[in-house]
Amino acid sequence: MEWTDEAFVLAARRHGEGAAVVQLLTREHGRHAGLVHGGGSSSKRAIVEPGNRVQSNWRGRLPEHLGSVTLEVERSYAASLMDDPKRLSALAAACAVAEVALPEREPHPAMFHATQALLDSLADTDDDVWPAVYIRWELGLLGELGFGLDLSTCAATGQSDDLIFVSPRTGRAVSREAGMLYQDKLLVLPGFLAPSEGTEISATADDIRDGVTLTRYFLARHVFDPLNKPLPGARDRLTDLLKDPPKSP
Amino acid sequence: MSAPEIDRLIELLAKLPGLGPRSARRVALHLIKRPAQLMTPLADALAATAEAISPCQICGNVDTSDPCRICANPERDASAICVVEDVADLWALERTGVHRGRYHVLGGTLSALDGVNPEDLNIGKLVDRAKETAVLEVILATNATVAGQTTAHYIVERLASAGVKVSRLAHGVPVGGELNYLDDGTLTAAMKSRRPL
Repeated sequence: MEWTDEAFVLAARRHGEGAAVVQLLTREHGRHAGLVHGGGSSSKRAIVEPGNRVQSNWRGRLPEHLGSVTLEVERSYAASLMDDPKRLSALAAACAVAEVALPEREPHPAMFHATQALLDSLADTDDDVWPAVYIRWELGLLGELGFGLDLSTCAATGQSDDLIFVSPRTGRAVSREAGMLYQDKLLVLPGFLAPSEGTEISATADDIRDGVTLTRYFLARHVFDPLNKPLPGARDRLTDLLKDPPKSP
Repeated sequence: MSAPEIDRLIELLAKLPGLGPRSARRVALHLIKRPAQLMTPLADALAATAEAISPCQICGNVDTSDPCRICANPERDASAICVVEDVADLWALERTGVHRGRYHVLGGTLSALDGVNPEDLNIGKLVDRAKETAVLEVILATNATVAGQTTAHYIVERLASAGVKVSRLAHGVPVGGELNYLDDGTLTAAMKSRRPL
């Protein structure tokens, strides 16, 4: 068995003295592990840094084997984010969340493309749009896993305007009119996630804080709690960092 | 078939870095053939080191004295603390002789993968040390990896209240490095960290 695919490195664990078991998010093969010979050595360690976009070649005698993988780096996203704690934290959080949340060897090409968009946003944009892209990436992840939120209409009234809450039970949007009485039990829907008629709404610092709280709640409830695992520390650290308004480097 | 003592020796040697079962057998045989010159002195040295070695309560370095020789040396610059991930990094910097200040060994990096949280690292003591009046600068010498730099950024936050200058090692072109052979990440970091001549 052999295949070649584009991938992002999500994580790497040392295996023995010189090797590493790497977790990849591939375009066609989903999250896939493989043994990188020499991946733990000083000369090859940079190849298996989280966030690297790589060309991967996997080989195994049987498809269910761990197999060995060779990697060729196409772009090292982390290198351009080293000086920015928030962007670096977002990269680490995305890799850590995807590494646990995505099922192994189940193709999710949409997540591959979403991750590409997120990393491009982190590395190539000087403005403050990346926190909103990160929140949309997590919403996309929930959707890919079958736990997508329905933010298009109010769960109670059916109206599609003035949506400012999300029900923690159903994951559906709730309008101001229907939700005000229960606001202490509802999650806040950031304005930039609410349906708008063709106009792009920019995210404020409060929106970002509400957004990461919203996706954190549903990730924990639907993905991490059933696995009996806490959310990765990198994700919680990102939440802490985003309490302050994002700044460009 | 060999004696159980020899098997045990081979088994333990095989756990050392760089040695597998085959090379462990070679080492064991080499030692067995030179009991007086090598085996007994090695055993004595191992026992003496195991008895004497302890982590420094100030910086986390390992030494036969506590505080370690670096912390206890009055000639070292007490105003600069260099923060490293591991004792091996401290040794690497000491080999260069470029840093004449003191050190602080974190004992690892923040890692979501391995579940390493701030409280698992030697960061609290660093913050306490940085608040001492003699300390003017903290140099972060963590690795240029996602985990190393995430840890560095976290330490910068924790040191904000200490009122010390915080710097980090430069990232870029290594001495003797040719641009043509450098990876994209290193080149990007080097270009971002360029400075006027």
